Amino acid sequence: MDLHKVNNTCRWQDLTEGMQIYEGGTSAQFPTGEWTAVKPEFIEDKCKQCLLCVPVCPDSAIPVKDEKRGAFDYDHCKGCGICVKACPCDAIKMEGVN
Amino acid sequence: MGKRDRLSGNEAVAVAMRQINPDVMPAFPITPSTEIPQYFSSFVANGQVDTEFIPVESEHSAMSAAIGAEAAGARTLTATSSCGLALMWEELYVAASNRLPIALALVNRALSGPININCDHSDSMGARDAGWIQIYAENNQEAYDNFIQAYPIAENPDVRLPIMICQDGFITSHGVENIELMEDEQVRAFVGDYAPEHFLLNSKESMAVGPYATTHYYMEAKKQHAQAMVNAKQAVLDVAKEFEKVTGRSYGLFEAYRLEDADYAMVLIGSAAGTAKDAVDELRDKGVKAGLLKIRLFRPFPAQEIANALAHVKAMAIMDRAESLSSQGGPLGSEVMAALYRARSQALAVNYIYGLGGRDMRVEHAEGVFEQLRQIADAGEVTDAYRYLGLRE
Repeated sequence: MDLHKVNNTCRWQDLTEGMQIYEGGTSAQFPTGEWTAVKPEFIEDKCKQCLLCVPVCPDSAIPVKDEKRGAFDYDHCKGCGICVKACPCDAIKMEGVN
Repeated sequence: MGKRDRLSGNEAVAVAMRQINPDVMPAFPITPSTEIPQYFSSFVANGQVDTEFIPVESEHSAMSAAIGAEAAGARTLTATSSCGLALMWEELYVAASNRLPIALALVNRALSGPININCDHSDSMGARDAGWIQIYAENNQEAYDNFIQAYPIAENPDVRLPIMICQDGFITSHGVENIELMEDEQVRAFVGDYAPEHFLLNSKESMAVGPYATTHYYMEAKKQHAQAMVNAKQAVLDVAKEFEKVTGRSYGLFEAYRLEDADYAMVLIGSAAGTAKDAVDELRDKGVKAGLLKIRLFRPFPAQEIANALAHVKAMAIMDRAESLSSQGGPLGSEVMAALYRARSQALAVNYIYGLGGRDMRVEHAEGVFEQLRQIADAGEVTDAYRYLGLRE
């Protein structure tokens, strides 16, 4: 079974037994960003690249490349706001989180 | 060649487990099933099995550990009763929806309350919608034989569902009978090795078990599960046929006892069938055409076959060893009556609640039920379809 052809248009006969997934890392293909009404905003000018926000993100929605964080992955950010609290530089803002 | 032995129902099931030699058994003791893990742990201590025995801290943990072990690729079983099954409740559904062929030896006991440790079917009947296969036994031999057949049914690729092998608490579990056991090698050959296609400990394939099924997937998952349950009926029949080749003992979806020409029929589950058969024999000697339909497979429910087997009777009593408290009768009553309706049957049917909390059903009780059926048939109508048997009133 090609897991990449399994999606929410498949008939019940064409889904895996018990909805099991026979591959690693497939959560990347499952956007959860729509779950939130509010999103964190990254203010790059204020960021010192301390990367304290990265490990606290429960959804790995802060990508890091060459030791620097980039823009939020809004396909997977659920808007929990933990990164806002972790940032010592006020470089992340989100409605409702101080 | 089989060998004769004198065992209680619990002992017989523990022996079946030893012969199967499963990979993992997590268990927590509760009356009257306690002896099963007790006997089995002595087999583990004596080196008679290769099983990892996990003495867990509750039945919630027992079923959780069973799910983890089975998903990992280990053939897993456990045993429980009554409130122990109730404490497994949320995991029963998880085991079934994850399509894990775990075997559970259930020794039927009343659910509290009021607190009571004796036999009725309220525990397994409460779990009837959890998506497990359920097979019931009349006596020790059947409890043993059903357990030997459990894995070949549950692990069938068209099925892959957990299975509950039920016997009546104390009456069967603690009553000692002469039974015929299979040889160890016969059981090993019959049950075979467990070789799941997908399992968590497979180093060649990453796998996730039990992922979140959103609204887009949940109904399709249920339909798959429902189809597996439909498929289970044929697997039960196929395995029974193979079992008969090895042992000579024959099983079906239910047992029809002197039913083929019966005017009056009793439908029931479990050990009371022995009592009912005595009543049927005595009535037959007096010229009364009494018969019995003893349910073996309750999940999936063989509705069409049951309705067909009862099509010719004038009146029937459906006997429930569990209350639904629905104001309409018990669970078996509902299911059989639904089966009759779908088969467009016009049979006169009455539903009795009996044997709750270990209350005996005696031969004279059963004869009294058949006398009531005669009166119903003569009157041509059922005035009270929801009755109690053996109640002080």
